[in-house]
Amino acid sequence: MTALLTILVLVFITVAIWQMVKIFDLAQANAENTQVATDKDNRVNGYLMMGFLAFIYIITIVCFVKWGDLPLLSNSASEHGPQIDSLMIISLVIIFIVQTITQFLLHYFAFKYKGEKGRKALFFADNNTLEAIWTIIPVIALAGLIIYGLFTWNSIMNVNMDDDPLVVELYAQQFNWKARYAGEDNVLGKANVRLIDIDRANILGLDESDPNAQDDVITTELHLPVGRPVLFKMRSQDVLHSAYMPHFRAQMNCVPGMITQFGFTPTVTTAEMRQTPEMIEKVANINNIRVEESNKLIAKGEDALERYEFDYLLLCNKICGKSHYNMQMKIIVETQEEYEAWIKEQKVFKNSLIN
Amino acid sequence: MSAHEDTHAHDDHGHHHKETFVTKYIFSQDHKMIAKQYLITGTIMGVIGVLMSLMFRIQIAWPEQPNVLFEALLGKWAPDGVMDADIYLALITIHGTIMVFFVLTAGLSGTFSNLLIPLQIGARDMASGFLNMLSYWMFFLSSVVMVISLFVEAGPAAAGWTIYPPLSALPLAQGGSGAGMTLWLVSMAIFIASSLLGSLNYIVTIINLRTKGMSMTRLPLTIWAFFITAIIGVISFPVLLSAALLLIMDRSFGTSFFLSDIFIQGEVLHYQGGSPVLFEHLFWFLGHPEVYIVLLPALGITSEIIATNSRKPIFGYRAMVASILAIAFLSTIVWGHHMFISGMNPFLGSVFTFTTLLIAIPSAVKAFNYITTLWKGNLQLNPAMLF
Repeated sequence: MTALLTILVLVFITVAIWQMVKIFDLAQANAENTQVATDKDNRVNGYLMMGFLAFIYIITIVCFVKWGDLPLLSNSASEHGPQIDSLMIISLVIIFIVQTITQFLLHYFAFKYKGEKGRKALFFADNNTLEAIWTIIPVIALAGLIIYGLFTWNSIMNVNMDDDPLVVELYAQQFNWKARYAGEDNVLGKANVRLIDIDRANILGLDESDPNAQDDVITTELHLPVGRPVLFKMRSQDVLHSAYMPHFRAQMNCVPGMITQFGFTPTVTTAEMRQTPEMIEKVANINNIRVEESNKLIAKGEDALERYEFDYLLLCNKICGKSHYNMQMKIIVETQEEYEAWIKEQKVFKNSLIN
Repeated sequence: MSAHEDTHAHDDHGHHHKETFVTKYIFSQDHKMIAKQYLITGTIMGVIGVLMSLMFRIQIAWPEQPNVLFEALLGKWAPDGVMDADIYLALITIHGTIMVFFVLTAGLSGTFSNLLIPLQIGARDMASGFLNMLSYWMFFLSSVVMVISLFVEAGPAAAGWTIYPPLSALPLAQGGSGAGMTLWLVSMAIFIASSLLGSLNYIVTIINLRTKGMSMTRLPLTIWAFFITAIIGVISFPVLLSAALLLIMDRSFGTSFFLSDIFIQGEVLHYQGGSPVLFEHLFWFLGHPEVYIVLLPALGITSEIIATNSRKPIFGYRAMVASILAIAFLSTIVWGHHMFISGMNPFLGSVFTFTTLLIAIPSAVKAFNYITTLWKGNLQLNPAMLF
């Protein structure tokens, strides 16, 4: 494999150099490589244009049939997710229609009006009505998109505190996540990285004298009760990170020196998501591949891979250094009872300190 | 350097003194020779950039497979032929930087603006041949510095081509943010100076040196595009320069423009009160117009090629010029759409959504005008047209 790749790379480099050398050939203006297209060139290229048009349409259709079900446009697991998905789909459909039409016109005109000796082009330099039409139509289409987009944006970004959201801090550091639950009072205690005291296990820099901080709960897994709004407060201790929860259509940067926020309501529990037909199929596929790989590994005398099971993930989506690719935290969406049982088992801040 | 290879003879009109090899091919003040120098340097940088992308693409395609090529080329960065995560990030960073700035900005504008502006407006040469030469050699120097940064002990800059601090500011956070990042910043500072000299020269030439009868409303669309590109460059590049300088201050002189409250590798740093979001604003104030600095010259050239090879005048010349102006204006007020989730006020997000979508209107006008230019033409489907 490696040898083949090396050869391929070398071939490409040779071709590239050869093409570059040809520039100098073309620079010597002699008769053989003249740039003027003959009628034959025009005819051939005209037909090739139509061929290319057919090719892009066919490849589009093939792609739709084969890879048309876009999971990231249909299986959102939060209340605002479908809003984002439909905004995305509407934009894509509009772009797709315009793209199909303009590509057709471009290639068809190139075919229809391919040059012939002796034919004269039509002199047509200006037409204000036409230009007004294709200024105004995009204006109307875009005005629609803008208004629709702004409404969606505002409804997602504004967190309504009357809904009594569960307040959770997401704390980012190279290269892992911590979650801090606000505890019984649902108010996060004050914190600053300057207060970090590793010896006392105060790893997030909580203010030990703040009464609100005493009942905070620091965890390495994110558990969320289904159906309850969550308000995330993001902090970072070192560099920029970005809390990305793709299944919930949520992302917000974690910026050192400031607190950012994002809120959403999870609607599908982890258990329910695992039972959806698409997810069962996807997991089965992944496990088939894992079994194949495991067989190879076992043949080499190594350990087999673990079975894959679906989980929601919180990923880092802003390059943050060497292990950025593996900076993640498991998210578990569960029923209110399960959540309460879990949170009771966790240590509250004042008990987690080492004196 | 590579200018030697170009042995193609060319006329040297307008110069009466004797040309030596050095003044003709190396420290040339002739716009055509400078254009060729830009083309060759840009192409070489392009090849370097492409090779990098091949390498990191091969790495993600076969993540665990040892590759002799990596071992040979990367040495300690690819133990057993598998790329280290640091060098992977460094490669995408330098690849991005080279492609965006050195190939698409300098390679494109430098080559075509220098070659075409004097020819198409009927000037003898650029307004200042010396500035033009200086601009090329600063570009060359910055390319060399960028390539040298690949060979730094702790690795080249690896914080992504957008070099957001604190990652790019703290060697503690990432090896590449040491000497590698310093060289990156130095290289970009020189590059920006080069780009500004070039742009000023294009603007002055187009305003002052048009031949008789070449009024602004008769300028070829290519020249309009180069003109506006140069103006956007002059407006936005200095902002990146200031961001780079502030970042250098933060890195080397202990200021806190972009840094605040940082705890890393077991210690609290002294930085207080700065904000990385400020850097993002400064960066994208260049970063987005940069997209149009890359796009507009290409659109300008397209306009001319389509019109010529359809054997028709371009459809709606005035609308085309107006749309270039509109794109240029809007391009300077859309930078926030790179920052929706940066932690800035969501209201700003709404404003930037609005301006961003507006920019589609002049772009749509251009596309439709191109298609109408093709309509009922006598199309010469030669290589330029097909491209």
